[in-house]
Amino acid sequence: MKATINRRDFLKAGAVTAVGTAILPHFLSSCTSGPAATGSNMTLHDYLEHFGVNKQMITQIISEGLSKGGDYCDVFFQHMIGNYIGLEDKAVNRAYSDVSFGVGIRVLKGDQTGYSFSEEVSLDAMKSAARTAANIANSTTKVEPVAFETPKLPNYYLIKTPWEEISINEKIPYLQQINEKVFALDNRIIKSNVWFTDETSYVLFANSEGRMTFDYQPMGQISVSCTAEQNGKKEQNYFDFSGRRGIEFFTPETINTLASEAVKRTVSLFDAVKPKAGELPVVLAAGSSGILLHEAIGHGMEADFNRKDVSIFSDKIGKKVAKDFVTIVDDGTNPNIRGSINVDDEGNETEKTYLVTDGTMNSYLHDRISAKHYGVKPTGSGRRESFRHMPMPRMRNTYMENGPHKKDEIIESVKYGVYAESFSNGQVMIGAGDFTFYVKSGYLIENGKLTQPIKDINIIGNGPKVLADIEMVADDLKMAEGGWTCGKNGQGVPVSQGLPTVKVSKITVGGVNA
Amino acid sequence: MNTKERKDMAIWAVEYAKKQGASEVAASVYNSRSVEIEVREQKIEKIKESTTNGLSLNIYRDHKYSGHSTNNLNKKDLQKFVKEAVEATKYLTADEYRELPDPSLYPENLEKDLKIEDRGYISVNPEEKVKIAKDIENVARAQSDKIISATGGYSDDYSESVKVHSNGFVGERVSTSFWAGGEVTVKDADARPEGYHWGGSRFYKTMPTTDELGKQAAQNAIRKLGQTKIKSGKYDMLIENRSVGRLLYMFVGPMSARALQQKSSYLEGMLGKQIASPALTVIDDPFIEGGFGSRLYDGEGIASKERVMIEKGVLKQYYIDNYYGKKLGMQPNGGRTSNIRFDLGKRNYDAIVKDIKKGIFVTSFNGGNSNSTTGDFSFGVSGFLVENGQLVKPVNEMNISGNANLFWQKLAELGNDPYKYSSMLSPTMLFNDIDFSGL
Repeated sequence: MKATINRRDFLKAGAVTAVGTAILPHFLSSCTSGPAATGSNMTLHDYLEHFGVNKQMITQIISEGLSKGGDYCDVFFQHMIGNYIGLEDKAVNRAYSDVSFGVGIRVLKGDQTGYSFSEEVSLDAMKSAARTAANIANSTTKVEPVAFETPKLPNYYLIKTPWEEISINEKIPYLQQINEKVFALDNRIIKSNVWFTDETSYVLFANSEGRMTFDYQPMGQISVSCTAEQNGKKEQNYFDFSGRRGIEFFTPETINTLASEAVKRTVSLFDAVKPKAGELPVVLAAGSSGILLHEAIGHGMEADFNRKDVSIFSDKIGKKVAKDFVTIVDDGTNPNIRGSINVDDEGNETEKTYLVTDGTMNSYLHDRISAKHYGVKPTGSGRRESFRHMPMPRMRNTYMENGPHKKDEIIESVKYGVYAESFSNGQVMIGAGDFTFYVKSGYLIENGKLTQPIKDINIIGNGPKVLADIEMVADDLKMAEGGWTCGKNGQGVPVSQGLPTVKVSKITVGGVNA
Repeated sequence: MNTKERKDMAIWAVEYAKKQGASEVAASVYNSRSVEIEVREQKIEKIKESTTNGLSLNIYRDHKYSGHSTNNLNKKDLQKFVKEAVEATKYLTADEYRELPDPSLYPENLEKDLKIEDRGYISVNPEEKVKIAKDIENVARAQSDKIISATGGYSDDYSESVKVHSNGFVGERVSTSFWAGGEVTVKDADARPEGYHWGGSRFYKTMPTTDELGKQAAQNAIRKLGQTKIKSGKYDMLIENRSVGRLLYMFVGPMSARALQQKSSYLEGMLGKQIASPALTVIDDPFIEGGFGSRLYDGEGIASKERVMIEKGVLKQYYIDNYYGKKLGMQPNGGRTSNIRFDLGKRNYDAIVKDIKKGIFVTSFNGGNSNSTTGDFSFGVSGFLVENGQLVKPVNEMNISGNANLFWQKLAELGNDPYKYSSMLSPTMLFNDIDFSGL
């Protein structure tokens, strides 16, 4: 990329921001002398130093947490740094940063959870938070300290340069280039907004069973939205790339794609129509259509809901729910994908979990509490938004494996239906099983061919019914590339999803009545 | 940290940032506390106690702008934080409209008591909080033997903030709120429909009763037993008061100065024009005592005032923040909503539903979205089929779709029954001839 500033040069020239982010790397200066360690090369020692604690202190906090008779205690230290730079009206004229630092302390007594957190890492403050969490139990015990062991973890998101070492003026040219391309591509474009976001999280975890883990979690995202005008009519749309990636991901090619996709998706809406209202065959394009799985089955398979018997899937394990060629997974191990994790937020290793194998319901997604309840191994799905939140079973990257059909034969099989391509949001009622997702753009299928574009329609279906109605699955699995965030009980976590081209025989499509 | 220390810190941050090269600065220092309790089978399922602090800064450096926040309030670390924030701002593009609000927009009087703080917040007995949650679960469970799961919940929060601007604004605010409710799941043929009900108050003593909360939560689940989708078509649509907000928010995005300036509002150029049926009058009222959206000034320090947004269907004003107001040459009036109330109708839900020949009573929305640039929308809904004034059967898995421009013209009647537990005090609403998609 031509306008990129050489990083070394900037380090030499820029004084204050040299150690960091756009707006900061905010290492606790009390814990470090000299430049702090950053990124995935850090050792356990670096993490302890980063948070200003040692093993003995952590042992004391855990003992305090268990002092009222709790069965289990864990501590979750986290330092999050986020930077957001925005371009609007052709100028990079806004930047935001956020730093959040603290430790969450959780105590379990059976299925019951006590939780508290501290934003200070002084021993007194942490012990006081531990005493609060301890109150979930109400007896007294003396706890023998355990020795900590730190397993070697895989790394699914190695990046070249930690985000804290990339300065604001290195990111600015990316925004400007995208903006120029957007305007150059189509003279109907009247506005363009571009955002560059990077987030970094350092996590140190320890529990009363002697497990201690640490992880460095980067995230990069560029999003582009544009508005076009034609004959007095305006349309707006959006495109973005997001993943656990470093700045090297944003090559001239990805920059081009960001601009051209945003423009294409916007101007095509001028010709868009609404489909007929009612039940129609729906073909889901390969890629972010995996939102179907996230809503139709993923949430319903989170075991906290099933433990309480409130999910429509509560009695479906081992049962046939779809055709033989349907296999659905939730996977934390996909390299650089947004929902991947090296370790979950309860210190458990992540994995590829089969929700549905060859059409049969196989496994729920478990956190520590639900795994214990069901007497199974945790699936590495215990996640939380931050140290301020307790973990729950959550999805990571949810996708369907390839099937026996071809994309073309799938489209050709539809006489009148909808081809759904890009999405903005979805939702589900866990117990009723009703789920929805909002189609931002797609096409009508008429007599086996994609014809007119469609826009702004909600699709609503029922989880188990739609699984049973999956008629065809192609061999072109693609993962979503955008910045998806899943919300549950007020906590947001980054996720992704994927799908090969899939045909569902009928779902209710929001449209117009003749 | 006490209030005085927070104020001193905000003043220090403003001064220190100016010393580092900022031209103008806004700083706020905040503290919030909360307790959340969930009870199931009369045992505490989860209890969480939080205390969080933070500083946020808006830096204006020769018309270059950036915003920053941190929860690390250690003075030495803050110095570095502020210094880097000011330094990084230098690399942005100057924008003549980036400056603090004109001091004439700040409130003259900060004495008015909006009754949003319960001074007894810290003295509420923790065991009473748990008991509220347990009682709600008990009340809910007793409503039906079809219930397979019921949880009771309680939460409260306390928050205070001090805001200091380098051009003269100093504001302090304290608020509390107390919420409780229940979630209930019932066993149907194959599905397990769920319902919930939460209610709250700014004051502990005026919280809704556990009896109301538990019964309503259970009712909201029980009434869904046997729900199915019905035939697509045009139906009259009655919307339950608590769910109307979802539709009203379709206006809020397009009414913002940002959407106008960025050409992404279907309401651009509509000032003074009919954008809804004459039945609709929408008032943004920041001064309702005990209101969940009540305030004397907004996030930019701009004095709150009562604003008639839509009068008898005519768009009277937009939500104009400082920056986009300047960019558009419009006087800023505060860019955010506060409480929203309506000119109410004469009848309540019971009376309105009696006159519906064939329609759908929508009780909740399920997903969907709207497009602020074009006004297109499509939402998932569930509720009841109404025939000859009677609820005939529960319906679900349906969509409504349309365009906001036409949709709001179809508003026929507002009830006299505003929903209490929200900053959106919406009554029951009746629309004619809405496009439903189902079978």
